[in-house]
Amino acid sequence: MTTKNQKESQTGITQEGRFYSAERLHAMHDMMLYIRRFEEKAGQMYGLKKIGGFCHLCNGQEAVCVGMEEASEPTDYMMTSYRDHGHILARGSEPTAIMAELLGRAGGIVGGKGGSMHMFDKEKNFAGGNGIVGEQVPIGTGFAFASKYNDDKRVSITIMGDGGVNQGAVYESFNMAALWKLPVVFVIENNQYAMGTSLSRASAETHLYKRGISFKVPGIQVDGMDVLEVERKMSEAIEHARSGKGPMIVEMMTYRYRGHSMSDPATYRTRDEVDEWRSGRDPIVRLQKQMIEAGLSTEVDFKQKDKDIKKEVVAVAKAAEAQPEPDLSALWDDIVTDEIPNAYPYPRQVG
Amino acid sequence: MAKITYREALNQAMCQEMERDERVFLMGEEVAEYNGAYKVSQGMLDKFGPRRVIDTPITELGFAGLGVGAAMAGLRPVIEFMTWNFAILAADQIVNAAAKMKYMTGGQYDCPMVFRGAGGAAARVSSQHSQAFENWYANIPGLKVVMPSNPADAKGLLAASIRDNDTVIFIENEMNYGDIGEVPEGEYIIPLGKADIKRVGSDVTLIAHSRMTGYALLAAEELAKQGIDAEVVDPRTIRPLDEATILASVAKTNRAVVIEEGWRFAGIGAEISARIMEKGFDDLDAPVARVTGKDVPMPYAANLEKHALPSVAEIVEAARVVCNRA
Repeated sequence: MTTKNQKESQTGITQEGRFYSAERLHAMHDMMLYIRRFEEKAGQMYGLKKIGGFCHLCNGQEAVCVGMEEASEPTDYMMTSYRDHGHILARGSEPTAIMAELLGRAGGIVGGKGGSMHMFDKEKNFAGGNGIVGEQVPIGTGFAFASKYNDDKRVSITIMGDGGVNQGAVYESFNMAALWKLPVVFVIENNQYAMGTSLSRASAETHLYKRGISFKVPGIQVDGMDVLEVERKMSEAIEHARSGKGPMIVEMMTYRYRGHSMSDPATYRTRDEVDEWRSGRDPIVRLQKQMIEAGLSTEVDFKQKDKDIKKEVVAVAKAAEAQPEPDLSALWDDIVTDEIPNAYPYPRQVG
Repeated sequence: MAKITYREALNQAMCQEMERDERVFLMGEEVAEYNGAYKVSQGMLDKFGPRRVIDTPITELGFAGLGVGAAMAGLRPVIEFMTWNFAILAADQIVNAAAKMKYMTGGQYDCPMVFRGAGGAAARVSSQHSQAFENWYANIPGLKVVMPSNPADAKGLLAASIRDNDTVIFIENEMNYGDIGEVPEGEYIIPLGKADIKRVGSDVTLIAHSRMTGYALLAAEELAKQGIDAEVVDPRTIRPLDEATILASVAKTNRAVVIEEGWRFAGIGAEISARIMEKGFDDLDAPVARVTGKDVPMPYAANLEKHALPSVAEIVEAARVVCNRA
């Protein structure tokens, strides 16, 4: 993301006073499209039973993944729930390692120990991939605590869904983060459904950005289908946290096109509703239109780009599938760091 | 060696490690300005300041999780639970996050931290404040469980736990905080995973941890009067367990009683007696006996409470049974 905040070319788009170079717009577009095609491939591989367990896709939510990444520094911490493929791809982790993880291969990003729900990349400061709803929120607050403790100005971008926001751990975190002015941005990806339960059936206050009021945590609502708005508003929130003003809540209004997980036919919502978001508000189509209007690209170019990305994703899937499964000895790896060899349970053995 | 209390020994261990390692901090309810609900952190706020000794709201799940994140980010948190009864609120972060983080991330993230606080039965506080949970945590891969029975062990084991690179469940005993004992001055470390023979004997092995070690020693004195020479083994670290020391003792005495304050079903005694059966069967001259807390929630009334807990008399009786002297 070397183009960040730099006017490297004359051409681009200016929105709300912020200039986005053509190069940067292309990078954002390509990453969103890459995530879309990657998730489609993952869905296909799941259908073929090559991916097991739970698998939560983020089709439709790509602008949130990419816009946030654009707004953050690589040294900022980021963590989310189990709907994590898009976020870790946007962070710049190796796609083959992500796909290999989905396939339970040795070269998976966590060595085949985690699968779809547990993507971690410490080098990229991506801390999961957390499987218990809301669990990552106190953890993200802890990363922010470490930033303040070390005074290293790193911001913790802690992401949850509209389902997770009803967990008690979230409010415990809001309170501590505000009390101690910790540099954390709490992002709520509001995709309208917590599994099969619509927001209005689960939340008395459906304006989730207001959920911090009791804790003096300011909140804003963002069109999560507009990657440029996401980038802009997230930049403001991150700056707020980095400057020592404490936490901020950013509610991203978004939508997932697929079910909650691969086993969810999503019968709790109408086809019309899905179509309305899909055809009317799709974040990729929206950016394409803006770029075509600005003369930065053409429909033909985008079609070619799509073909190229599909090919890339196929190659990634192929490479991941060609990898071996983890060695059986890996079963015993990484349980503890300081093994105590002469005490039971004995490291690396039964009995 | 100076004679100090169990709580002062714990305090020394934390101060020693905080002076040594800038990454170590103490967080919990009332640890700073109040000097600790049990005064374990007495004077630490003055010594280290509010950056490193931090009072929290009453928010166990939140600050346990904050500790997990801080550990993942490179700090070495010591998270105090006022008592382990309240840690149940934080079980998700301990069990689902801390214990599994290293494994689930393919070794990328460590979780080097200590969760510590008072466990076991206190005095006259009824069901919700008098419980032993070591068997819960000892069941979980990724955790270590440490329980000191005297002031010297409290210092050496807590220091070792803070230096350990994994998540340590450090369970102190509420009734032991005022106990006085000789404790080495200066830096003192007891390696984890090492049992200690608290009394040498030849007729029967009494295996007991935490507060029950003291009960076992009292029982051994009574047994000596009756001509039975008991050996008392304190595992000190519950997980991983130094079974070699236990088995060596049983090989010598051929008889064993396991004592724990917690409930019998799937307890620590069940695990230890199973290990003796699996690996020391031929050494046994009698079935292993267990003395445990009664299978009831802790009652308030003094007589009922006393009856619910293991007693020295019960340990003596169990030892006499396994020695065919009952």
